[in-house]
Amino acid sequence: MKDTQMTNAKISAKGVQVHYADTHAITDVSVEIADKTVTAFIGPSGCGKSTFLRCINRMNDTIDSCRVTGDIRIDGEDIYDVKVDPVQLRAKVGMVFQKPNPFPKSIYDNVAYGPKIHGLARNKAELDEIVEKSLRKAALWNEAKDRLLSPGTGLSGGQQQRLCIARAIATAPEILLMDEPCSALDPIATAQVEELIDELQKSFSVVIVTHSMQQAARVSQKTAFFHLGNLVEYGDTDKIFTNPEDPRTESYISGRIG
Amino acid sequence: MTHKSLLTADARTKKRNAAEARFKSYGLGAIVVAMLALALLLTSVVSTGSSAFKQTSATISIPLTEAKLDKSGTRDLAVMKKVTTIGYTSLLRDGIITAVEELGLETTLSAKDIGKMLSKEAAATVRNRVLANPEIVGTSVEFKLLTNGRIDGYFKGRVTMESAALDGNTSPEELQLAQQLADAGVFATTFNWAFLTAPDASDQRPEAAGLGVAILGSLYMMIVVLVLALPIGVAASIYLEEFAPKNRWTDVIEVNISNLAAVPSIVYGILGLAIFINFMEFNQSSPMVGGLVLTLMTLPTIIISTRAALKSVPPSIRDAALGVGASKMQSVFHHVLPLAAPGILTGTIIGLAQALGETAPLLLIGMVAFVREYPAAYSAGAGLFGEASTALPVQVFNWTQRADPGFVERASGAIITLLIFLLIMNAIAIFLRRKFERRW
Repeated sequence: MKDTQMTNAKISAKGVQVHYADTHAITDVSVEIADKTVTAFIGPSGCGKSTFLRCINRMNDTIDSCRVTGDIRIDGEDIYDVKVDPVQLRAKVGMVFQKPNPFPKSIYDNVAYGPKIHGLARNKAELDEIVEKSLRKAALWNEAKDRLLSPGTGLSGGQQQRLCIARAIATAPEILLMDEPCSALDPIATAQVEELIDELQKSFSVVIVTHSMQQAARVSQKTAFFHLGNLVEYGDTDKIFTNPEDPRTESYISGRIG
Repeated sequence: MTHKSLLTADARTKKRNAAEARFKSYGLGAIVVAMLALALLLTSVVSTGSSAFKQTSATISIPLTEAKLDKSGTRDLAVMKKVTTIGYTSLLRDGIITAVEELGLETTLSAKDIGKMLSKEAAATVRNRVLANPEIVGTSVEFKLLTNGRIDGYFKGRVTMESAALDGNTSPEELQLAQQLADAGVFATTFNWAFLTAPDASDQRPEAAGLGVAILGSLYMMIVVLVLALPIGVAASIYLEEFAPKNRWTDVIEVNISNLAAVPSIVYGILGLAIFINFMEFNQSSPMVGGLVLTLMTLPTIIISTRAALKSVPPSIRDAALGVGASKMQSVFHHVLPLAAPGILTGTIIGLAQALGETAPLLLIGMVAFVREYPAAYSAGAGLFGEASTALPVQVFNWTQRADPGFVERASGAIITLLIFLLIMNAIAIFLRRKFERRW
């Protein structure tokens, strides 16, 4: 508990190491992520930024060969403690994936699924309200309200990704992890999602992995640069992009590596 | 480099094009051979078997003389049962002779030979009817009775005047009389429902043999297989695919399941004989034992196809479910399983179809027995599906071993029936796949 008193970080990681079988994917990453900010993870492919993101809601547990050591705390609680049930953790830490992956069910059922399994609604009216609120927050309500019962897979790519965001925020998480949410989207849909991220920042701590430096610069307040499994530099986005301390960050941002 | 025209193909291109053309013709040739083989098979089976679905019968009036059938005149069933089918034979002979005389037909046949034109089964038909309604004794009642196999064969083109002349069981005169009776409407060839409903008959009366018991036995076995193999197979696949840790033990299990799918089916028959009949003492020839053996045989097929169906569900769906905080089991049962369902159903139905056509293991557990009685689904003595029965493919095997040429036709007819059942099952599999197939 000492750590939490020292900082007001939402997520604090200390000395995190990740191994896949024989590969050492992440070496000694320590980072503190503040509440109600957007934090971007940037870096070349294979640098471990997605792996680190997936440590925060323990999605790496599903990979047999993956071993995570070190200490990751959310609100001061060690999420890798044996007493932690990953199911509860994931309700608190929502996730949006690279490729839009709505369930092949109706738009309504997609959003209602999380609240249903976590028992967040006592009756149909409450559930309806959660669905509407989530879709509104995801800026999809106006497009979807007339076809809530049509399949989610019938939406366009950008709409599908916003549906996935609505689905993630329906369980009332405190942290939202986004793993390259715009890599499969066209520029217009990307702009919509970015606008949405700005909006979401008011209620959640958002962590976004992105390949696009422009995107990181546009949406985030804090940026972390990963390279070869190491966290090279972490700081205010403005500073990272204008005046990086590490020469590797500078090379990456100016396009010389990665 | 010299400039080459695009309008003329160079030697290398010509060679490649020729190779491609040759390959296409090999492929086409292979398909033609396969289609010819299929056409040959179907024509041969249909041409010999389709006549099994028609049957010649005689509609004649039989005098049920009281003096012969019920000497006491009390209509006491215990007494009437003492009159065997032999006692009825003379009445049948009288009936058909009267019919011949009433039509004024000339024949040189003896009364005994005329009587033989009716099937040996006919007397049993009349006797059963009389014992069911004793009050009809003393009257003349019109019956629709089977003719014997040779007469039946004559109307279906299997028996000719020439072959009859060489046959000890019939004669050209008999066939002529039969033709005259047919012209007069006494003999008629109609659709043979009894082929699908009647039980098997003995060697001398192919005309009375039917598939009823075999169809019912096969149905019972399919119920046992479905009830056992589907849940066990699906549960095993889900565990192996979604929950089991990937280590050496699961690898060993996986390899063994694949190997089990290739084990010759007769081995399962020996296993069934040793375990279910000798050790667990289930009744032999019973659909329960047959079903258990076929379950063992079908399980690997179902497990393999179910695992393939589960594998084909994109991992992004699992991630999505886990990402909103579903447990492993919720993600499997709410999302993965519904998407894999069409594949699982198709695999199950194909496994069932395979089991339906399986003969070898059933021979070993005694299902090749001659069964005259319909098995009950449940009886106090034999338990669930415990009464002796036979099965469709085994019935085919059984009939092809009999001497009378009438059984060749029956066996082919049974093959047609079996093929129709298999076609129906495959059609259901295709229908289910189309109906539940989803895109993501």
